This record gives sequence, C-alpha cells and structure tokens, in this order.
Amino acid sequence: MNWQGRKIYAGQAAGEALVSSMGISFFGGVDPESGMVVERDHELEGQSIAGKVLVFPTGKGSTVGSYTLYRLKRAGKAPAAIINSECETITAVGCIIAEIPCIDQVPINELRSGQWIKVDGERGTVTILED
Amino acid sequence: MKLISEEKAMLAGEQGKATQKAMEILVALGTIYDAECLVPVTSVQIAGVSYDNLGEAGLYFLTEMEQGGGKARVLTTLNPAGMDIENWQALGIEAEFAEKQNLVIEAFARMNVITNCTCTPYLTGNVPHFGEHIAWAESSAVCYANSVLGARSNREGGPSALAAALTGRTPAYGMHLEENRKPQITFEVGADLNENDDFGALGKVVGEKLQSMEGVSIPYVQGVGGATLESLKSFSASLATYGGTALFHMEDITPEAGQFKPPENSIEISQGELISAKAEMTDGDASNADFVSLGCPHLSIKEIARIAELLEGKQVVKEFWITTGRPTKQIADRMGYTETIEASGAKFAADTCCVVAPIKGRFTALVTDSAKACYYASGKNQFQTILKPFDDVVYAAIGEENAK
Repeated sequence: MNWQGRKIYAGQAAGEALVSSMGISFFGGVDPESGMVVERDHELEGQSIAGKVLVFPTGKGSTVGSYTLYRLKRAGKAPAAIINSECETITAVGCIIAEIPCIDQVPINELRSGQWIKVDGERGTVTILED
Repeated sequence: MKLISEEKAMLAGEQGKATQKAMEILVALGTIYDAECLVPVTSVQIAGVSYDNLGEAGLYFLTEMEQGGGKARVLTTLNPAGMDIENWQALGIEAEFAEKQNLVIEAFARMNVITNCTCTPYLTGNVPHFGEHIAWAESSAVCYANSVLGARSNREGGPSALAAALTGRTPAYGMHLEENRKPQITFEVGADLNENDDFGALGKVVGEKLQSMEGVSIPYVQGVGGATLESLKSFSASLATYGGTALFHMEDITPEAGQFKPPENSIEISQGELISAKAEMTDGDASNADFVSLGCPHLSIKEIARIAELLEGKQVVKEFWITTGRPTKQIADRMGYTETIEASGAKFAADTCCVVAPIKGRFTALVTDSAKACYYASGKNQFQTILKPFDDVVYAAIGEENAK
C-alpha cells in the first residue's frame, strides 16, 4: 500500500509503526530522556516512541513541545518519522529543528501499530513494507 | 507557497545554516496554514528564554543557531528569563542555573537580539503601530499588540519567532490577513470592572467560553466602561491564557472595534460569573501564604509608584517579588521607588517573573492580582493561589490583609 501525503520535513526513514488515535502533547506527555509516553490515560501510555514511525492525528499542548522533540533526538530516543492527519506548529517546528522526516494529510486510520512503514519526507509518500 | 528570490536563496542555504533552518520553519508553517507568501515583519518578540523552560536541549538549539551565523534582521526582544540577570542571588537562584541562564542570554545577544527580557515589550521600546506586521511569541503580548495596538501577529512559538527574527519574515496567514480579524461573537459584560483582577476574571470567563465553542476565537466585548493600559494588559494575559486568544475587539476602546458591528451571536456575562471565576482562582488563605508577587504581566511604572506609596515605612512579612522589565526598574531607581520598596524588605525581580523562574517546590501558596499567574502557579508549580485586587496584594505582603 502506498499513500501520497504532504511534505512537512524531508528525509527518509523506515520503521515499525506506532499508531495513536489520540493527539500527542510532547511537552509533559512524553519523557524527553526515555521516549516513553507518560501522559495519564493516553492510549500509548507506557510505550516508547523511540525509533518508531509515530502516527497520530495532530499535536497539542505547549509550544515548548517542539524542544521536547529536539531533546528526544539528542538523547537518541526520537521517532524515526512522524505521520499526521493534520500537522500543526508544535510538531512541524519540532521535526524541523530535530530533523525528523514528517508527512501529513495521510489517512492514518488505514495504518496499524506493528506494520513496517517507509516514509519519504521529500516526496511526501508513505509505503507499507510489511503488514 | 510563492517565495521571492532572496527567500529562495535563504532556503537553499546561501545565507548560512541558521538562516536556512529558519526559512525551513517558515515554509513548513506557511504550507500547513496555506499561506500564499511570506510577509516582511518589523518587530519580533521571542519566548522560550528561561532556562527552566528551555532546558539543555533548548540551549543547545540556540547555540547551534548562533554558531550557524544567525543574526536578527529586525528589532527583536526577549521574554522574561528565569532570573534577575543582575541580581539573581537575592532571589535565591542557584549558581548552576544562573550560569546556564547567562549562556542563553549570551547566545541571543550574539544573534543581535536585544536582551531586554520582558513580557511587556510594548512598555519599553518594542511598540508596533497600527497595521504593522510583527511576529511575537509571548501570548499576552500578542493579544495586546493585535487588540490594543492594532498590529498583526500570529501566536508564535519560540523557534518560529526566532525564525522570523533571522529572516525578517513570517508566513502570511491568520492574523496577518484582514479577513481573519473580524469578531465572531459578542460578549455583553454586565459586571463592574475596576481592578486588574476584575479584568483577569473577565478574561478567564470569556476565554473559557471561547474554548468550549468550535471555530469561534475572536470576541467583541461590549459594556466595558473604561480601561487603562494596566487593565488591558491584565485582560490580554488572561484571555490568551484561558482562551488561547490572539485578538479581541472592545467597543469604544480598541482601535479596530469601530470597523465592525457587534456579531448577533451574543452572550451575557454577569457579576456572578466574575465572582465565581475569582473564587475558582483562589484555593488558599492569604494569611498562610508564603509568596507574594505583582507583575504578571510585567509592571508599568505607574503600578510600581503605587506599590512604593503603599510600602512607605512598612515591613513585609512574606517573600514579595516585584517583577518588571529592566528599563522600568531603572526609572523606579531614579524616582526613589526602588529605595522605598527595598527598605520594606520586598524584592525587585527585573528580567523575570513568577511564571518562568525556577521556584517549584520553594513556596506553597501565591498571592497575586493576576489570573494568568494563578494558572501557571497552580499548574506548573503546584502552588495554592489567592487572587486579590492590586492594593490588597500589597497589604497581604505586609500582613495587613484586613487593612482596608
């Protein structure tokens, strides 16, 4: 399967999908040193986003969240790539400063955790390599 | 998005790595929000200055931008830092924090950013005029600049404001476009508004109502008999905090209000609602509180003069921070207000404030006149809060709660 989305930040990555139907607040919601989701009652609570192709509808919360993505990158715990339905300022800026490939306008309800996914940020394409 | 040749050159890295990164941020935001082009800006206000909020990663990013040759191309000022840069020891700030905070300030200075650390740049030399395109990141100042001054700014984050500074541009969407500045709902205020805490409570009520409605973000406020610079800065701060609001119109008070008819969709706000809002922001007792602060947003010289008048010959019984911008403090020095205030045992905290200083765990309950300060004190710092009128906050600091 293949989708054409919109480029937010360039770069290629492949990895295991981690899909959330809930928005993510990086500041306060994700531990910047470990990459664990710590937001109480979040459907990804207790799971690590490190190295994953992180899929969620849109970002939320404080604009400081952009720096959280940057911190994750420095700690080696950033997601390999991010896919959104609609990207917003916090996630977009975080991906640019942390250099994480990012695409939006992809039908994310077609994606499931555990799938092996390839993201081409420059072309804005998402490919499922392995179900 | 259409870019002119100089902008394309910036994006291609021809003007250095930092400018390129800045342009990447602006182009991505322009793409997300369907901007047709970038618009030149003449003024920038950067948030994300306190080391308490930035952390090591933020400092590293700023250092990288500075070493990548980043230079501000337009007038750029800073939000409050995590400490009084000249007098941090008196506020109990640790040396290790001060060292990191100074590195942040130095990185900005090397990028030609004016290191005046204040959330009210419009009081001290960064004052856009009507219709001017700007890129500001302090939410209370964005709301004030759009609404009271009639300038045009989106609510920027720290990195996007820095990006605007290093390129002199911002994507043309949102508040920059005339058609997006129309009021969408009327609030008829049927309550007495005198003090900063009244205006702060009104900001909370209006802001929370806006948050609960889909697709409505610009209020038209009727029934406010009069307002001062100080009450408008309190209202702007509270509305931005509780409503995420970038712009309001206030009948007979703000400059764009006269261009519009009040929207027919209308909500009344009663005295009772303001009283309830104040009660929601008060969950402690002033006599047991261990921290008192005025200056959220940063105090005007008029407010400092009033504090000096009230503290003349008195002694404070609680830790009392007077937070303001450095230039305002310098006028207070000249006028003798500083001497009077410091003789009482109260402390000036210039360049910083009770929202961004690293004070979590140091105090348990804050007395303030600021609705915005209540929000951050209870959320970020987990203090109890006590909201009072301006003068009563000073009385609480000197242990004369019932003086009035």
